[in-house]
Amino acid sequence: MVEMIRINGLSKSYGDVPVLKNCSLDVARGEVVVICGPSGSGKSTFVKCINGIEPAQAGRIAIDGEDLPSKPAAAARIRARIGMVFQHFELYPHLTVMENICLAQIHVLKRSREEAKAKAHGLLRRVGLTDKEAAYPSQLSGGQQQRIAIVRALAMDPVAMLFDEPTSALDPEMIGEVLAVMLELAREGMTMVVVTHEMGFAKAAADRVVFMDCGEIVEIAETARFFAEPASERARLFLSRILAH
Amino acid sequence: MNYAWNWGVLVQPPYLEWLGQGIAMTLAVSIAAGIIALSLGTLIGIFHSSTSGAMRLVTGSYINLFRNVPLLLQMFLWFFVVPELLPKAAGTWLKRELPNPEIITAIVALGLFTASRIAVQVAAGIAAVPGGQSMAARASGLSTVQAYRLVLLPQAFRIVVPPLTSEFLTIFKNSSIALTIGVYELTARTQQIQSFTYQGFEAFTAATVVYMVIALTVTTLMTVIERRVAIPGQSARV
Repeated sequence: MVEMIRINGLSKSYGDVPVLKNCSLDVARGEVVVICGPSGSGKSTFVKCINGIEPAQAGRIAIDGEDLPSKPAAAARIRARIGMVFQHFELYPHLTVMENICLAQIHVLKRSREEAKAKAHGLLRRVGLTDKEAAYPSQLSGGQQQRIAIVRALAMDPVAMLFDEPTSALDPEMIGEVLAVMLELAREGMTMVVVTHEMGFAKAAADRVVFMDCGEIVEIAETARFFAEPASERARLFLSRILAH
Repeated sequence: MNYAWNWGVLVQPPYLEWLGQGIAMTLAVSIAAGIIALSLGTLIGIFHSSTSGAMRLVTGSYINLFRNVPLLLQMFLWFFVVPELLPKAAGTWLKRELPNPEIITAIVALGLFTASRIAVQVAAGIAAVPGGQSMAARASGLSTVQAYRLVLLPQAFRIVVPPLTSEFLTIFKNSSIALTIGVYELTARTQQIQSFTYQGFEAFTAATVVYMVIALTVTTLMTVIERRVAIPGQSARV
């Protein structure tokens, strides 16, 4: 098994408050891992530490065999290889959809404008939003914005994708369109780490589920096993709460 | 009141010329100081928004020093005190060789003073951009400089256009303080006309009208800029 992401002994605290306690996780190439757990369990912080946009105090992270350096400039090069999708989309409001998708392609990957646009066109077609390239983010629905955000990340030809609660800020009727894009990505073999409360997505797409609570990784299990017979009492309690309704 | 009105003095030689020269000097001093203030203020504002404590100490000290000392006193300090504090050769050069030392001093003093105020506004504008924007920029591999240039500053500047407008207005009004170190700007010229002709009402009315016209022009220009850079789909200030 080839590891795409290796996280070893990750710890982080805000002052005296620990938010991550000695977390380790390996993600294989092409694997889809869903991270779940109660709110405040450190899931978001954990996923943001993977590409270093949240600094950790201890631990080692390697992407595709390469250690994530602590120097910002060196880290930027590795970060560019990992796509990230945020809860609140974080599209750049002053740029059009096309400019959003092309910005990092042009300024980080040094692609020509034409190359970047061609890449964007292909991806926009895939998510069915070719007619929105001249629109500004605030002119789009939440679901459309999140699909554009996924396209913006994919345009960088990432080796892995991180999702931080990608559907939590969406109206219920828009969750499906975003999950559909993510499911398709998973089927194509993209390496994905997804923080989500969508257990339906986890069941359909995840190879393994990571359960976090109070800054700790409590359990890592094959998806089917996690839902059928979670090993820890805390995971059992969590599942009974969120699957009850 | 027994006052012999004579609006005609304003168009008589040499007074009309004096007025014109005053207007030109006010515009020159203000615009040059404005360029210094905007570029230096932006730079200091960017560094002031950084997370480094040492950096914030330096920029914070600049802001506190230049924002809290009265502009009039700053003009005097730059003009009368600084040349004496410098090494002898530099001080002599400032006093003897520098062409139009009073104009240069006024521009520098007004520019540095206003830069401290613009720095605070730019830093506030950057702080007003949601934190996720900087995260998204860094996550995509943009460097810190690129993130500021391409993502944070374009949004911050749109936020600070209204406060910047009043800062630019203030520069034109504050430029009148330059008369205290001998710059013949608009206020000084109208005072000169008053003492030559005893027609103070006419002279100062002319100055008032000119300052108003400048202010309204600046306001109009900034409103045009604000409309032009407004992001489609987001409501602009009306």
